[in-house]
Amino acid sequence: MRPEIRDTPSLEVTVLVSVGRHPLTGRGRRADQDARGVELARGLPEAEVQLLHAGTLNEGSETALRGYLGMGFDALTLLEQPEGADILPALAETLDEASPQLVITGECAERGEGSGLLPYLLAERLGWPTVSGVVAVEGIAAGVATLLQALPRGQRRRLEVRLPAIVSVDGAAPAPRQSAYGPARRGQLAFVPGAVSLDDDWAGWQVQRARKRPKRLKIVKAASARDRFKAAAAKAEGGGGQVLEDVTPEQGAAAIFKLLKDEGVLR
Amino acid sequence: MLDTLLPILIFAALGLAAIGAWRRVRLWRQGRPSKVAILRGLAAMPRRYLVDLHHVVARDKVMSNTHVATAGGFVAAMGLAIVVHGLGLAEGVLGWLLLAASAAMFVGSLFVARRRRNPSARLSKGPWMRLPKSLMAFSLSVFAITLPAVGLLPEDFGSWVVAVALVAVLVWGLGEMVFGMTWGGPMKHAFAGALHLAFHRRPERFGEGNRSTGLKALDLDNPKAPLGVETPSDFTWNQLLGFDACVQCGRCEAVCPAFAAGQPLNPKKLIQDMVVGLAGGSDAGYAGSPHPSQGLGGKPVGEHHGTPHGPIVARDGKALVDADTLWSCTTCRACVEECPMMIEHVDAIVDMRRFLTLEHGNTPGKGAEVLDNLIATDNPGGFDPGSRLHWAADLNLPLMADVKQTDVLLWLGDGAFDMRNQRTLRAFVKVLRAAEVDFAVLGNEERDSGDVARRLGDEATFQSLAKRNIATLSQYRFQRIVTCDPHSFHVLGNEYGELGGAYDVCHHSTFIAELYDAGRLAFAPWKGGNVTYHDPCYLGRYNGEYDAPRNVLKALGIEVKEMARSGFRSRCCGGGGGAPITDIPGERRIPDMRMNDVKETGAELVAVGCPQCTAMLEGVVDGPAEVRDIAELVADALVETPADGETQSQRPLAVEVV
Repeated sequence: MRPEIRDTPSLEVTVLVSVGRHPLTGRGRRADQDARGVELARGLPEAEVQLLHAGTLNEGSETALRGYLGMGFDALTLLEQPEGADILPALAETLDEASPQLVITGECAERGEGSGLLPYLLAERLGWPTVSGVVAVEGIAAGVATLLQALPRGQRRRLEVRLPAIVSVDGAAPAPRQSAYGPARRGQLAFVPGAVSLDDDWAGWQVQRARKRPKRLKIVKAASARDRFKAAAAKAEGGGGQVLEDVTPEQGAAAIFKLLKDEGVLR
Repeated sequence: MLDTLLPILIFAALGLAAIGAWRRVRLWRQGRPSKVAILRGLAAMPRRYLVDLHHVVARDKVMSNTHVATAGGFVAAMGLAIVVHGLGLAEGVLGWLLLAASAAMFVGSLFVARRRRNPSARLSKGPWMRLPKSLMAFSLSVFAITLPAVGLLPEDFGSWVVAVALVAVLVWGLGEMVFGMTWGGPMKHAFAGALHLAFHRRPERFGEGNRSTGLKALDLDNPKAPLGVETPSDFTWNQLLGFDACVQCGRCEAVCPAFAAGQPLNPKKLIQDMVVGLAGGSDAGYAGSPHPSQGLGGKPVGEHHGTPHGPIVARDGKALVDADTLWSCTTCRACVEECPMMIEHVDAIVDMRRFLTLEHGNTPGKGAEVLDNLIATDNPGGFDPGSRLHWAADLNLPLMADVKQTDVLLWLGDGAFDMRNQRTLRAFVKVLRAAEVDFAVLGNEERDSGDVARRLGDEATFQSLAKRNIATLSQYRFQRIVTCDPHSFHVLGNEYGELGGAYDVCHHSTFIAELYDAGRLAFAPWKGGNVTYHDPCYLGRYNGEYDAPRNVLKALGIEVKEMARSGFRSRCCGGGGGAPITDIPGERRIPDMRMNDVKETGAELVAVGCPQCTAMLEGVVDGPAEVRDIAELVADALVETPADGETQSQRPLAVEVV
């Protein structure tokens, strides 16, 4: 190693990790997007990466959290929060104290509320900028990060954001590395007590299994393979929609009502 | 003059050999401790050498006779030389015996020399090329110095020049044969090999018909226990001893499917890499064929180096071995079956893979995805575990959860998710129904047996799957487990025992053979063309079942056209050990080579008994033969059993389910 004199301290990065849920079996696992976030952080040169989870430790969540440790970490900070608590204030407080330069999250949790609002609410509280759908951090210089943001259809947009910032990771970001059993077993879960603010609304909610969203069958009348390919590769056209301008709310509502009736959503 | 010089020479050589032995033992003892019955092992050693080892060597008759003459002659000559020349007791018959022994050794060494005239590619060159000369030097000089001792020549025959020349040749012979045996050199194999046989890691594999093929479990409960092998010193000491016993005959190299496919693995080189590691240094001294590399012929020798306590596989850069060498192995055990020194290559490879997966998290190819699937869904494909029985939706298979006890538990294996294998399973169900077998399946309670996870080095996932399967099986009563998947057969039968699950497991071909012998199945005569049979590694070499599938084919009226490599020498299909998952590139594909073997027999159909083999052989583009599972052939040939007497109705006994 050649000695290097740097006037900037190493980059402090905190990755917020949650307990994921396998879509078929419901077993606890690394949340896919969070794991991609960890991978993104691991790929940053000179970064000091902290893992932070707010929640409780139980049998299901421990496997998932150790899954992140298995990506090559010695420790994970566990901000203790009971089931059903609003983790936002506690997270904001912890991040404010630790003041990392970059916070990486997934876009949406795989269990619990899963609203996808956490990065925005955190950014609002901390007064930091937030960028969604990030697939790469291309460089960090003089307190400004160059990010690559994923847009639909594989398009990418390069953004510059002043640090500290919160970025959420898109599913198109590089796949997470394998979680190894050895480091996962050895890694420490460091408990930190956090301020608890109970989410009263949550307590009143009823949770039920989501039904599969009905999917419109695409009927392709294709005579040749070329037509079939074109149909498969074609852009999803809106087709048949209408743009209503300068209408009263009643007219708008009536139009939506009519559409729902036509589509058979309302009977 | 010789009377004083000879004892000095002999005892000096023995003394130096003793020092060398002590140094060598210290090298082996760098390994981790291993429970070995020292005295019982030493007592069993002659039998292991004379019976088990010789059984393997005798597959090459010329070589085995050569070895008997040379090694037998040497042991006898050395022992007698100590008595006759070392202690000066030449009276009576001893001197004559010594003459006979050294003459036998000389004849043997002539054959060794012949073998080395145009050595085949699998043989190591380098120091091994001088071995026949050294053998001759020893045998001839001992013969010559014994002639005066028995009185065939006068004591003061020849001049002192002759005596000095003779002594010089003897020094060469003693140097190679006695000093070199423990200080390194070709004869090291005799010293290390004898002790390796005595302290073998799998003493249960010795003896007629015995085999020991199950991998040994890692201790996961002890957080201090290492997860696999990182450095040469992480092997147990008797594994290191085993590596050191390698005689570099290259039989493993000749049978290794990965080597033949040009994948970067040569079992002989790998074992020599371990020897380099245990002694420390670089592989520059290796004189055999190197690890192949794609399109380049071979990976250059001399670039890799290691130490007993340094890493075997570097995270980046080069160390002792490259990771793709370890991941090329299909765990087919052809090398182990063929090794005359009884070295356990597959154990070593899996030990090193365990470290790469469990500590580095570096399973190549689709390995990580498959392991994640196994953790989350209990099957490698990531399918919904609730859909395991979808292929049998119309078959009304009895579930263990309903019937609680049965004669035969049909273990489906992960082939239940594969459309090709579902045809095999449906055919086998038809056979079971035709023979009116009382059977049931676990259905959605079944999980992957853990075979792939274990071969990919993920012992934690293997043990998790195994323990849950054992817990499920313990709820039910059954006589035996029958499976169409030799991999499940091997794991359930040979590897669950260590974790507390002992079952009577058999392959479906064994079961069909039994049903046929019991008169519960009858077959229409075979009308198809020529048929050959491919032995699955996990059925044959792992479990010794070579006869039952052939008996079934015979019962079907099929005369099997055997491939050149069949039975215990069967060539792997390339589907074992997670090799299709890690997918290390080579110059050729292993299943293509196997299909060429099939083509050489002229068979139009190749009978198989394993879902992996089916998938690999069917995946061959423009395959020369159709691939059918034995169960499918049997199901197609089913006719009503003649037990009903004259009232042969036209009604088919079995309902068509395919």
